[in-house]
Amino acid sequence: MEPVVKVENLSKKFGEFIATNAISFEVNKGEIFGFLGANGAGKTTAMRMLSGLLTPSSGQAFVAGFDVATQAELVKKNIGYMSQKFSLYEDLTIQENIEFYGGIYGLSRQEIKDRSKGIVDKFQLASVKNKLVKTIPLGWKQKLAFALALIHKPKVVFLDEPTGGVDPITRRQFWDLIYEAANDGVTIFITTHYMDEAEYCDRVSIMVDGLIKALGTPSELKKSFDVDSMDAVFQLLARGTANK
Amino acid sequence: MKKFYAFVQKEFYHIFRDTRTMMILFALPVALVIIFGYALNNDYKNIPIGVLNQSKDQTSEKLINRIIGSGYFVVEKSLEKPQDIPSAFKLGKIKLVLYFPAHFQKELYHSKKAQVQLIADASDINTAINTTSYLSGIINEFNAENAREINGGIQISTRMIFNQRLLSVYLFIPGVIALILLIISALLTSVTLAREKEMGTLELLSISPISPYMIIIGKVIPYLILSLLNSFVIILLGIFIFGLPMTGSISLLIMACFVYTVASLSLGILISTRVETQQAAMFASLVTLMMPTMLLSGFIFPIESLPLPLQVISNIIPATHFIVLIKSIMIKGAGITVIWKPFIILIGMTSLFLFVSIQSLKRNN
Repeated sequence: MEPVVKVENLSKKFGEFIATNAISFEVNKGEIFGFLGANGAGKTTAMRMLSGLLTPSSGQAFVAGFDVATQAELVKKNIGYMSQKFSLYEDLTIQENIEFYGGIYGLSRQEIKDRSKGIVDKFQLASVKNKLVKTIPLGWKQKLAFALALIHKPKVVFLDEPTGGVDPITRRQFWDLIYEAANDGVTIFITTHYMDEAEYCDRVSIMVDGLIKALGTPSELKKSFDVDSMDAVFQLLARGTANK
Repeated sequence: MKKFYAFVQKEFYHIFRDTRTMMILFALPVALVIIFGYALNNDYKNIPIGVLNQSKDQTSEKLINRIIGSGYFVVEKSLEKPQDIPSAFKLGKIKLVLYFPAHFQKELYHSKKAQVQLIADASDINTAINTTSYLSGIINEFNAENAREINGGIQISTRMIFNQRLLSVYLFIPGVIALILLIISALLTSVTLAREKEMGTLELLSISPISPYMIIIGKVIPYLILSLLNSFVIILLGIFIFGLPMTGSISLLIMACFVYTVASLSLGILISTRVETQQAAMFASLVTLMMPTMLLSGFIFPIESLPLPLQVISNIIPATHFIVLIKSIMIKGAGITVIWKPFIILIGMTSLFLFVSIQSLKRNN
């Protein structure tokens, strides 16, 4: 099976500084891929390259079958994105937000109508869909932001610390949504600082100083570092005390 | 196109739901016009004056009646002798004394010239200058009307070229338009773009298939429409409430407003590429755009009265040239053959700003 995300020796230099140093990995269809690393390890740079916002200095990356360096527009059409800020327009209603994001992804009127009905039904938003987003609770905003990231049926969705600032119960519910999307065949590319969430991923990579220092399923990584939690794996790598 | 439509629609939602933006768009222009029109108005009605008539003849009485009849002056006090003048001013009731020396009429008819003296309270310099100008105007009219009998003999040196009644309206309406267009175009666009940065929605937009140019154009179009609408409201207020004339071509006026608005919008974009927060955007537009426009564009202080370095700065402010254009078109009825120079300068500036802001946008991406 052809991987949905294929990265080969991808590098990005800013002057003398190497933000991402020849990283390589593959992510398969429907996989939940955890992309971990301390702040400044190069995660954001890598994500920006994969989403067509930054041109790589060297190496290649294919997302949904398109080259990020030369086919950025096609890449953009096939990916969804959600960040910690949830990026909804607070002064628009839920319905208007749905219509706006449907609109800028070029969906037809009928598609927007069907999918907004789908979102409203799924999250039981019928009673609040005409309320301004700033008046609804954070947990709902998070779910809505995720639904909007999927509105154009992307092949890959990038989640940049999507659970920041929400409570553990809401986080758990949010992971149910992620599993559901993955079961539908959407590839999930997620960054997080919560190591318990790293355990939920199918596979994780850990970046340190622009390099991928570890890559594998959570149980493989724990086994090879001989610890019993992803947190311990991360501590070992990020602090540079790993001797492997 | 559908993407673009969705974007512009969203922009209008932002505008219509934000009270502050709505106030700036709809309350501020009217408030500014009213404030500058009435509060800072240099036009006078019923100015109290004193009359010292030592001649007490037919001609001087006729002239006094003519002055009262104009509606600008009321005779508050009749004085008996020149020594009374200082004390009359000290009471503060009168702004000006009209002094006919003895034998006014006799001199007028015999030697064909007679002096009439205007003495103004110069502690309020603006009022003094304006009221003497008004009075001189009336006396000159009187001279002209009675040219056959008195042969233009009443001597006054000052005279106004334009219809003096409207002088300050001439100045402030074009200035208010320049300021309002700048606030709406530059301030509001820079703030709205900075808000998208702050909220993180710009990140999302940049990952979506909508192109950066479309984002900018989509941001700018609603403000362009509202700016032009607003300038018409101000112009109409000027015409119908303050009697501003509209002698020139309307299409030329629209073109001038359009070019200036695009210049302001590109300045707004330029600011927003350099700042991260709404406050910074607001502060930057206030300090770098609004203040110079208020103070150095000839809106409040005449450019000729500025020191040379400030005159140079004045010339690189788009509003300076815009105000010249508006005045020439509306008041003097100038055509493109007369005003091509400020027009070219303004278009040149606009292209430059547009180019620089697009470059800086590209770098940002």
